[in-house]
Amino acid sequence: MKQQGPGAIPVLAASGAAAQGLCYASAVFPANSRTKPEPSRHAAVVRVTHWVTVLAFFALLVSGAEIVISHPRFYLGEVGNVNTKPLFTIPIASSRATVPTGYGYVMPDQNGWSRSLHFEAAWVVLFAGLVYVLWGVWRHHFRRNLLPEPGERIWPAACKVMAKYLHRAPPDEAEEHSYNVLQRIAYLKVIFILFPLVIWTGLAMSPSFTSAVPESVILLGGRQTARTLHLLVTVLLVLFLVVHVTMIVLGGFWKRTRAMITGRAARREDA
Amino acid sequence: MSPISRRKLITSAAAATAGLSGLAVAARLAQRYGLIPPDAGGAFCPGETLTYAAQRLLTAHAPARQFPRSMISKAPFANEVAPLGDAFQHMQTGGFGDWRLTVDGMVAHPTSFSLADLKSLPVQSQITEVACEEGWSYIAEWIGTPLHQVLHAVGILPQARYVAYFSFQPDWWDSIEMADALHPQTFLTLGMNDGDLPVGFGGPLRMRVPRQLGYKSVKYVTRITVTDSMKHVRNGLGSAEPEFGYSWYAGI
Repeated sequence: MKQQGPGAIPVLAASGAAAQGLCYASAVFPANSRTKPEPSRHAAVVRVTHWVTVLAFFALLVSGAEIVISHPRFYLGEVGNVNTKPLFTIPIASSRATVPTGYGYVMPDQNGWSRSLHFEAAWVVLFAGLVYVLWGVWRHHFRRNLLPEPGERIWPAACKVMAKYLHRAPPDEAEEHSYNVLQRIAYLKVIFILFPLVIWTGLAMSPSFTSAVPESVILLGGRQTARTLHLLVTVLLVLFLVVHVTMIVLGGFWKRTRAMITGRAARREDA
Repeated sequence: MSPISRRKLITSAAAATAGLSGLAVAARLAQRYGLIPPDAGGAFCPGETLTYAAQRLLTAHAPARQFPRSMISKAPFANEVAPLGDAFQHMQTGGFGDWRLTVDGMVAHPTSFSLADLKSLPVQSQITEVACEEGWSYIAEWIGTPLHQVLHAVGILPQARYVAYFSFQPDWWDSIEMADALHPQTFLTLGMNDGDLPVGFGGPLRMRVPRQLGYKSVKYVTRITVTDSMKHVRNGLGSAEPEFGYSWYAGI
């Protein structure tokens, strides 16, 4: 690493753009690289794990919805079935005739492939997440790019960003290359709270996993509570997704999406 | 090309080679130690195999969670059952005195057990949860003969690896690996909550596999076959479930 400088070309970015010196992953450089004229926006690991997670998340969302349709009732505690009172019910028809929904018809059963897809996509998210988090710790990605700046007072800074959003002010130059404090908090919550929670609550529904690690479900308050929390955390993840995509559209959809595909920050003339 | 980028290229190539050979070794080991489910194949093969292998290694002999008597569900849900027909009703009228459990395949002494025979083996009880793949669940006390006692009574041959079990309902059958079959909580269930096992819940005889989802706990068991491979049993997939898109392994 000691010789690393402008001549270093990350293998994954060795494209034509790299020859123009546009593809440097910021994490590859020592701290003084911030002064480089064409810093890159997203490292290759971030980009690859981001899009893999996007695909797997959609697979989980669709298959998860199909599984919910077979029993759109949610409970608290250890047990719950059609003979017990639900905490709440999603007002849709079910794919099982045994569920009293008030609708006169039964939807087609899609649970077979949905379950297989759900668990396969869960493995993909798990591996992508592990690669991302281990890499992020190793390359100080979290400390450098996601933890709020040291010494920064979070609330005043967050209010300032929020006020800017509400005034529909265009993103400033710094935001082409780094995240503002609201983005940092949102991403940290998704990476270190919501995704771990959705994996944990999912595992807590496995009769096999909970035999080896009973605490995983006991700490949550029971199997049905785990299932209900799994749904609620998913709702929070979808809310994040909606805000995330909205902000990308407002900030310039193609510019932002291109940065996450090629890794290249928008140059001034592009902006 | 600068020296650094060449080094990166070599490192990446080495990492990719190590990754691929690691996968190949993992696949070979999984095959050797029976960590590949009998229905493995198609697009979901990697996920199913990872789940099954990981669970097998992680759970090993772990017991399914047991609950205090106070947590037994007041209103358990039997789920719907297809009509069982006249022959079943006839046996039900006779108190299931004619019910037989045939055990055959790779066993030293193929045997046909009556319910009374099964009850004469040491009977145990467990308070465990039935979790359906749909999401609902209930807790009940299950009273029955641990499957391993029946298997020891008939003498399983050393090469045996799977235990397949068949329902009175002709299109309902399933199988478990020997580790699950010998697990102390895998029961041939005869009773529920201090009484006989009601027909709705699988009476007179239900396989109980508490570390897997409800559909592995096949109702109305009439036959057990011990085998070294599921390839030649019915559809060759280890269970009727894969025909409906559901996976053989249901531990999740």
